[in-house]
Amino acid sequence: MNLLIKGGRVIDPSQNIDDLLDILIVDGKIADLGKNLKAPAGAETVDAAGCLVTPGLIDMHVHLRDPGLEYKEDIVTGTRAAAAGGFTSVCCMPNTKPVNDNKAVTSYIINKAKAEGLVNVFPIGAITQGSKGESLAEMGDMKEAGCVAVSDDGRPVVNAELMRRALEYAKGMGIMVITHSEELSLVGEGVMNEGFTSTELGLKGIPWAAEDVAVARDVYLAELTDSPLHIAHISTTGSVRIIRNAKARGVKVTCETAPHYFSLTDDAVRGYDTNAKMNPPLRIAEDVAAIKAGLADGTIDAIATDHAPHHLDEKDVEFNAALNGIIGLETSLPLSLQLVADGELDFKVLVEKMTCNPSKILGLDRGTLKKGAVADVTVIDPEADWKVEAEKLEAKSKNSPFIGWSMKGGAKYTIVGGKVVYKRG
Amino acid sequence: MQFKHKDIIGLQDLTKEEIQLLLDTAENMREINDREIKKVPTLRGKTVVNLFFEASTRTRTSFEIAAKRLSADTVNITASSSSVTKGETLSDTARNILAMKPDIIVMRHAVSGSHHYLAQRVSCSVINAGDGAHEHPSQGLLDMLTMRQKFGRLDGLKVAIVGDITHSRVARSNIFGLTRMGSQIFLAGPPTMMPPGIERLGNVTVCKDMREAVEGADVVMMLRIQLERQGKTLLPTLREYSRYYGLNPAVLKLARPGAMVMHPGPINRGVELSSYVADGDQSWILQQVENGVLVRMAMLYHVSGGELATE
Repeated sequence: MNLLIKGGRVIDPSQNIDDLLDILIVDGKIADLGKNLKAPAGAETVDAAGCLVTPGLIDMHVHLRDPGLEYKEDIVTGTRAAAAGGFTSVCCMPNTKPVNDNKAVTSYIINKAKAEGLVNVFPIGAITQGSKGESLAEMGDMKEAGCVAVSDDGRPVVNAELMRRALEYAKGMGIMVITHSEELSLVGEGVMNEGFTSTELGLKGIPWAAEDVAVARDVYLAELTDSPLHIAHISTTGSVRIIRNAKARGVKVTCETAPHYFSLTDDAVRGYDTNAKMNPPLRIAEDVAAIKAGLADGTIDAIATDHAPHHLDEKDVEFNAALNGIIGLETSLPLSLQLVADGELDFKVLVEKMTCNPSKILGLDRGTLKKGAVADVTVIDPEADWKVEAEKLEAKSKNSPFIGWSMKGGAKYTIVGGKVVYKRG
Repeated sequence: MQFKHKDIIGLQDLTKEEIQLLLDTAENMREINDREIKKVPTLRGKTVVNLFFEASTRTRTSFEIAAKRLSADTVNITASSSSVTKGETLSDTARNILAMKPDIIVMRHAVSGSHHYLAQRVSCSVINAGDGAHEHPSQGLLDMLTMRQKFGRLDGLKVAIVGDITHSRVARSNIFGLTRMGSQIFLAGPPTMMPPGIERLGNVTVCKDMREAVEGADVVMMLRIQLERQGKTLLPTLREYSRYYGLNPAVLKLARPGAMVMHPGPINRGVELSSYVADGDQSWILQQVENGVLVRMAMLYHVSGGELATE
């Protein structure tokens, strides 16, 4: 099936394009990009008038929970949620059961995604065996099997020497290390951000320094080893400052934040809403402003959801007992578009952070609409008005603090390898 | 005036008038407690379940006596004998109790916010007997009743609260309640036990040391130091804590003459409170316990829909 995407505003930061153009897709590849393209015989036309047409969105940080935790999410439902959210590629974290710390698990994920998934799935392997933080996992093997990075996401590599060796070893294998930077001794039994709100609610707090101290350590280890490092889900003023300074002196560090860190503050925890419980925790207004500033000035390279599905039984409990994490694939795009509506970012910068930047960080052959590239394309209706309703979400779990919110903007068509995998309405 | 709340989760949720009403009703209950036959039929046929997920002798007993003096039937469920050890969720425990049609659940739970959670899921009334470090409204009310008993008012008082503020639901309920009634709160304690932003919670001043808080105070409220809560990192030794944050006769002299000494109990003699002070003539600690029964009678009465008690 060949496709002609007609009349949209094409924004492709990888080629510095922002223009009204048509895109012709033939045999799953971008065949042409230009004005007034004619549809060849048998090609289907996609009307993109009034829409943005971008390289397929990439979410470099999701939890698909497959294998082993399919009661929360699986590769089928997770990629369906991704498609509905406009994502053509997702990178799934290794904290499955068993942990993706060897090529057998990596291959299982890749094979199942190819057979049953709606979008591209790029697995991320573990840094350490079992993500236990004791000894290095077989990074070379996992890379060969298809892993695009390694991470012990969900927990930090506590031992600084092991983290140093992980960075050195990964550099040799040519694979990116993604760190979950958190100083656990400062987190203690904390369940939300430490501050006025935690004091009022009587909940144990997690200070911002629990993140900053660990980010600083990991940045210095990247500098020491002259290795690339990507820092996951940053949420604090200090993290932005540390990474900005590190980049200025040439450290090969990149980072991401998640939509909830620029859309919500710890006020969302009031009423003890367990869907506002995640790690790192929601911070205060000053941090939200710092995250937005970091996105605007390029300190923060990518927006990733940290899509973390949990079963109702794991969230419908007392606050302390609830698991950390929220789903995000289906709300990321409108929340991110809000940054443009609010004048924080322009479209080009936003699209960069959701397409070519994550692609570049992980060395994927995606995130571009260049002729000959795989035809992963997202057609975005920036004006679509819709409401987040639990029963309409594709994700298997419904743990979102945004349920009930009115959203503006969303994917109209999600196209993976030239095939429409999602069509709005 | 009708009390409009189904539940009493915290003093933060109550207006000045509602607090006043609860205290007035509690004061009216005093006469019942002094009778030879300490019982009125007000809550006859009502069932009160005391659901305690944390150890408590004083509060549970006080609620039980309060319910019995109003002729309610009471059942006590404590964590050790409850289904919690069988891995049942709070939600399921609550639903099972609710199926037996209680009128009021009095709950204590170690997790802040558990009462919000419970109250949203049951149709009967929920009274908070302490949730984590959040609120302990019956303690706040009995403290205020005791202060009012002595001073005849709750506005313009200077109240010092000393100890582990971070982990104290007693401190929070007093801050909410006393601020609402027009008093001033002065806090002191090791900075390791002083939570951020506490001064924004009400009419609160954080003092640099205990002497500054106690100076000129009408009330000195000492909090229990609980080693099991405070762990190993918050203070070096009880001996040093006692030297800097314990109330002894010398420090008490800084307060207004005749100032009240209060403590939510149980006290650690020689730690936060010297025995000379605890048993001295400025101590109102046992009066607090007596008043506890009264405010709990008032709470049970008002969540049951009663108007001002005049028995």
